[in-house]
Amino acid sequence: MPIKLPFRPRRQEFPPDLWTRCPDCGEMLYNKQLEKNLRVCPKCGHHFRLRVDARLRLLLDQNSFAERDGALKSVDPLGFIDQKPYLDRLEAAEVSTGLREAAVWGTGSIGGHRVVICAMDFAFMGGSMGSVVGEKVTRAIEAARSDRLPLVIVSSSGGARMQEGTLALMQLAKTCAALGRLAGAGVPYISVMTDPTTGGVFASFAALGDVNLAEPRALIGFAGARVAAGTIAEELPPGFQRAEFLLEHGFLDEVVPRPQLRDRLIALLRLFRPAPLVPVESQNGTGPMLRSLGLMDVLGDRDETRGSAEAAGSQGPARG
Amino acid sequence: MQAGTLHERDPDHAALREQVWTRVQLARNVRRPHALELMRHMAAEIVELHGDRLFRDDPAIVGGLARLDRHRIVFVGHQKGAETDENIRRNFGMPHPEGYRKGIRLFQLAERLKLPVVTIVDTPGAFPGQASEERGVAEAIARSIQVLSGLRTPVVVVITGEGGSGGAVALGVGDVVLALENAIYSVISPEGCASILWRSPEAAQDAAVAMRLTAADQAELGVIDQVVAEPGQGAHTDHADTAKRLKAAIVARLDELADQPVDALVQARYGRFRDMGAWTTVEPVVPRSERIGGLAERWGLTDRLRGLLESGRATLTGSVEQPLRPQAGDLADEPPLREEV
Ligand SMILES: [Zn+2]
Repeated sequence: MPIKLPFRPRRQEFPPDLWTRCPDCGEMLYNKQLEKNLRVCPKCGHHFRLRVDARLRLLLDQNSFAERDGALKSVDPLGFIDQKPYLDRLEAAEVSTGLREAAVWGTGSIGGHRVVICAMDFAFMGGSMGSVVGEKVTRAIEAARSDRLPLVIVSSSGGARMQEGTLALMQLAKTCAALGRLAGAGVPYISVMTDPTTGGVFASFAALGDVNLAEPRALIGFAGARVAAGTIAEELPPGFQRAEFLLEHGFLDEVVPRPQLRDRLIALLRLFRPAPLVPVESQNGTGPMLRSLGLMDVLGDRDETRGSAEAAGSQGPARG
Repeated sequence: MQAGTLHERDPDHAALREQVWTRVQLARNVRRPHALELMRHMAAEIVELHGDRLFRDDPAIVGGLARLDRHRIVFVGHQKGAETDENIRRNFGMPHPEGYRKGIRLFQLAERLKLPVVTIVDTPGAFPGQASEERGVAEAIARSIQVLSGLRTPVVVVITGEGGSGGAVALGVGDVVLALENAIYSVISPEGCASILWRSPEAAQDAAVAMRLTAADQAELGVIDQVVAEPGQGAHTDHADTAKRLKAAIVARLDELADQPVDALVQARYGRFRDMGAWTTVEPVVPRSERIGGLAERWGLTDRLRGLLESGRATLTGSVEQPLRPQAGDLADEPPLREEV
């Protein structure tokens, strides 16, 4: 039997559409204030998750973003049904987020530096990576390579999307392969890990930045902490799989609070540009072409007819 | 397709569940031949190499030099044990990052010496413990994938048992991917999938069916290229015969790959994984920059070209009869649509 209290219950004192409780310090935060503060708790510095549009607004110069491939949409290649059909889950995610998928990519500028940027949204099925997310990330990487623009990927994901089975798993291979070519072309990649970046996303493109940044206290790890603790029945240290833990162990360059993130990227982009292209004579005599200076391009030249496996394999980096 | 067949009362589904689960158990059978046993049966000569030169030797991944008929190769594989003691020493085939880094070291050695690589995939997954995270297992997996994807020498992948998640893909990137008949390949273990999506580990058998993790299903999806039949009641009943069949399949592929120019080989390998995935486009691609009044002309142009390519590419189906990616022959002739050099 509920007891009638002479005053209003607490939850009405703070209606959830107006107030949010900070999970770290328990402070009740006025939503409008929280948004204004970039969704960082003013009392303890807890970083709430950021939706993808807010993330892009935070990092990019005003009106500089041009989205690409916004029309890509997931299908259900396995006919996957758990407690709900996959297609229903996708539709529910679209309705609740207003997004078509968990990743958005395009071009824009940061402090006047043109970049290719891809950002993920945890609100869309936990930011999970299925074929579309993998494809968008890969297209972003390939565009950065072909247009020689620095690449920024902001991750927020629980990992590979189970409902797409091994096709989701293959996105690890696809994105890492594309990053291999980007590295070979001498174009820099900055990976920004936000809460959470785990599983197959961490174990692929997120881990491979030339510079790896993360937001404070972001959960970053390969296996879920519960899995880790359960499998081996060991006590996990405090701060396990948090950004600061990764920094300590050498897998991050820096933990950057959200209000400083844009400035940090600008500082990096000022110093950290794609390697200059130098003209070299092409081997098949079609005239000079451009190659990046001193870095081996894993792709090799496109004229595949030339040379046997042995001959091609023995060629040095700059070829000619 | 399978839509609507997952009700437990459906007798067809019950039979399918039984069938798939039998394979999961066969893939995990401790008597199944593992990487070293298979290599010892297949290779005329074999020298195992140890250590990542950074931290320690991980017994959950083995590797070394070997001769398969006329091919001198570098092999790298997950290694489970046949008995409890060895299984504990091998950590049940669950590698720490140093295992993958040993693999990377050997892949790069193979590239330098122009030796083809054979990888043997058989793991429940990379080890999910504290030490593993501290030493960066995710980075090691991503790096191993990246190194294999651009390796300038042939790579043949064989999935012989459990192809468990990222820890399997780390050794799973090659020019051709073979699998033994009772091998499985999945994004997460059936138990893990069940406990997350069904909220009950009891549903592992349903999850196994839903993920389509059998070798035959994976061949239909185009994730693996060839299924190698096992003898009798399964590989565990006859190690020698299993190795003989596997060796024939591997050597045939090594023969083919040896003749390919290495540039074309690496290009086709990139294409093989580049084309994995299923999606559709819901409307013609109109670049936002054009809609809001032309920010930068060159993006508009690229996007228009992309739009043209896209309409030809809009894949998918989900139908099992249709491969989700072009066949290997197409890939070799045709550069991927999106490579702009
Ligand atoms: Zn707080």
